[in-house]
Amino acid sequence: MDAAAAARAWRPPPLIEAAWLRWAVYGGALLYAVLALGTLEVNWTRAAEGLERGGRFLGAFFPPDFVTHWLEIEEGLLESLTMTVTSTVFGVILSVPVALGASRNLAPMPIYLFCRGLIAVSRTFQEIIIAILFVAMFGFGPLAGMLTLAFSTIGFMGKLLAEDIEDIEKSQAEAVRATGASWFQLLAWGIQPQVLPRFIGLSAYRFDINFRESAVLGLVGAGGIGDTLNSSLDRYEFGTSAAILLIIIAIVMVCEYTSGFIRRAVQ
Amino acid sequence: MLVIEGLTKRYATGDLALDDVSLTVPKGQVMALIGPSGAGKSTLIRCVNRLVEPTAGTIRLGETVLTALGDRALRRARRRMGMIFQEYALVERLSVMENVLSGRLGYVGFWRSWFRRFPLADIEEAFRLLARVGLDHMVDKRADALSGGQRQRVGIVRALMQDPELLLVDEPTASLDPKTSRQIMRLIIELAKERGLAAIINIHDVALAQQFAERIVGLHAGRIVFDGPASDLTPEVLTTIYGEEDWSATIRKAEDDDEDEPPAVEAARIAAAD
Amino acid sequence: MPVIANGDGAKVWMRRTTAADLTAWFGWLAGVALTVLCFQFISDQTIWAFVWDAPRQAADLLDRAFPPRWSYANQLWRAMWDTINIATLGTVLAIAIGVPVAFLAAHNTTPSVVLARPVALFIIVASRSVNSLIWALILVIIFGPGMLAGILAIGLRSIGFIGKLLYEAIEEIDASQVEAVTATGAGRAQVLAWGIVPQVMPAFAGISVFRWDINIREATVLGLVGAGGIGMQLQASINTLAWPQVTMILILILGTVIVSEWLSARVRHAII
Ligand SMILES: Nc1ncnc2c1ncn2[C@@H]1O[C@H](COP(=O)(O)OP(=O)(O)OP(=O)(O)O)[C@@H](O)[C@H]1O
Ligand SMILES: [Mg+2]
Repeated sequence: MDAAAAARAWRPPPLIEAAWLRWAVYGGALLYAVLALGTLEVNWTRAAEGLERGGRFLGAFFPPDFVTHWLEIEEGLLESLTMTVTSTVFGVILSVPVALGASRNLAPMPIYLFCRGLIAVSRTFQEIIIAILFVAMFGFGPLAGMLTLAFSTIGFMGKLLAEDIEDIEKSQAEAVRATGASWFQLLAWGIQPQVLPRFIGLSAYRFDINFRESAVLGLVGAGGIGDTLNSSLDRYEFGTSAAILLIIIAIVMVCEYTSGFIRRAVQ
Repeated sequence: MLVIEGLTKRYATGDLALDDVSLTVPKGQVMALIGPSGAGKSTLIRCVNRLVEPTAGTIRLGETVLTALGDRALRRARRRMGMIFQEYALVERLSVMENVLSGRLGYVGFWRSWFRRFPLADIEEAFRLLARVGLDHMVDKRADALSGGQRQRVGIVRALMQDPELLLVDEPTASLDPKTSRQIMRLIIELAKERGLAAIINIHDVALAQQFAERIVGLHAGRIVFDGPASDLTPEVLTTIYGEEDWSATIRKAEDDDEDEPPAVEAARIAAAD
Repeated sequence: MPVIANGDGAKVWMRRTTAADLTAWFGWLAGVALTVLCFQFISDQTIWAFVWDAPRQAADLLDRAFPPRWSYANQLWRAMWDTINIATLGTVLAIAIGVPVAFLAAHNTTPSVVLARPVALFIIVASRSVNSLIWALILVIIFGPGMLAGILAIGLRSIGFIGKLLYEAIEEIDASQVEAVTATGAGRAQVLAWGIVPQVMPAFAGISVFRWDINIREATVLGLVGAGGIGMQLQASINTLAWPQVTMILILILGTVIVSEWLSARVRHAII
């Protein structure tokens, strides 16, 4: 081999082999960047004014105002927390049959399609959109919020659990089936032990997510701390907003720590 | 050329891995370091290029006192010491060529290395060395797609690319089959001899050590318990290093079957072997 | 803990000793009691008459929502384009900030464990705790309504996501490869670029695409608080009770989400 010629030729091989495709991708990316940034209309005078407000907002964290609207904060927090608890419990319980129905290796075709459809709808639409519809149906208040979160919990847990069930060791389930077990016995002995630890871990994680989501549902009237936060921002009472944000962060940290602990404990 | 004096290493966990070790390796000498697991062989090698910080003692490479160097000077000194690892330690997701060129990182600036614009001389040297170890046909293959023997050869080339004065070799053959082990050992020795490099080779295989190294140092529990030519390695000596055992079968059991092949045939045979 | 209160785990717990058994049952009891209590609280805030009326309301809603107003789609393309841009530019912004934060947060790359690491971890936690809609709410107050607030909201929320997953990936890399690069005499930046970056590249690409996919969904609702995108049209249609338009918007969102999910699955497949 002619080392010198090869040396001049050596460059790291490009990520995309075909030159035309490579340039097309680069060109496309550049074109997109130009177009996308072009649609970005920034009102700089407005932004400059806003910076002053931003400064005030940041200033409100030193110190935050927990006192003035404590009653409203307390009310909103209670709603958020109760929503989180109930929606997680109901959502997790209901996700089990949905997940079973959405497992190709367990369910007959019509049930499979129905459950997969349910999961897809729940996962496609942001919680807020679902909440809007539920508020329209069930009226304002935390019940709509609870149902929203339960619904998205079903989608989340259902999908992950169904994937787990579809991935389980076939041999173990077959061994149970070979003993002449019924369908329910198969669930209890062949499948449940394999997926339970992850199921508990996912539930704990979902609790976490539900609390975070519960903090915004108030924006569309579905109850929770989001409502309190929104009205404090509307009234430019940034001290209260800061207090609420800090409380949310603190609770999320506690939830995250706890759910991490639970996940490690069961695995 | 390499002078170690009173080297002691106590890990943060409290393990005393090296206890007052003194050692001199002259220019061009290939030295094998043997000893039971946990004796401190890896620690010794890593103290030399300060991947592990010594607790006490001095290490000199030529005129440079390695143990006294600041960050920047240490980096410059590391260029003079090529290291070869047991588990190859190639950057798996980079290509063979990139792994080889990483041996030049100490010599080129950050942006040049980032854009892979190495000096032409480096690339020529890389091709030459890769051809020498029989790997010039897979320069753009990713390192994780190579066999163990191929990876170790890339590791050797990477170390040589540094243009070192000293090779630090930590169990180069421990993950390889017996035949490949001997090929790799022979390659290291040949290359070291060609370039007049000193080398410290950690090795578990006593027979291989005897076959390839002119000098053997035995380490036990962080202390040097033997230091002499390979021919002085008697069962008694092995007992002091490793403990009681029947050593008759161990010493020189490896037959010198293919010892005298010329290098060119050797390289071709290595290339054909994988 | 509510998590234990699902109907599935009972059998596992029953195999314990009597004491553990008792504790487990007590735990279950507490979980059930807590749930009931929480539900009681929610129930007190609910006007049940409305709820019993829900099936009729739902039927009514459906009746009014169908057929969708197909012609309305022509006014939505621009909004959908904005939505996608918000998600994409927001993700790019989050990558630009989240990647350095991840390197500051990871044990093995942080320049200082006492200073940089806690700051980076705090940035990650703060960013993750606050929903992008809340970020949008705040940013709209500062920058006024429009896409800019939306992009920043998506970006700020995603920093924590990318930062957290990436720093976990960085902490899991193979240290010996890094050591080998260090041993060649490479500088700090070179060790990063040659020893660490190649190892975390697949994780990084996967995380970014994954977050982009999530951000498309999030961007569809930012308009509700005035931060640009199709949510603005959604809000306007709901306010005027134009349900056929709402249906049209939902169909469009559904289509976009399906396409983005397909696209991100393809990209993830290609890089892993
Ligand atoms: N990073 C570390 N932290 C704490 N103790 C360590 C560390 N690395 C090694 N040690 C300890 O130092 C001693 C020497 O270890 P070293 O790895 O140098 O042995 P070795 O001779 O290379 O053994 P082997 O042949 O198994 O590779 C051992 O007791 C080991 O437990
Ligand atoms: Mg070792």
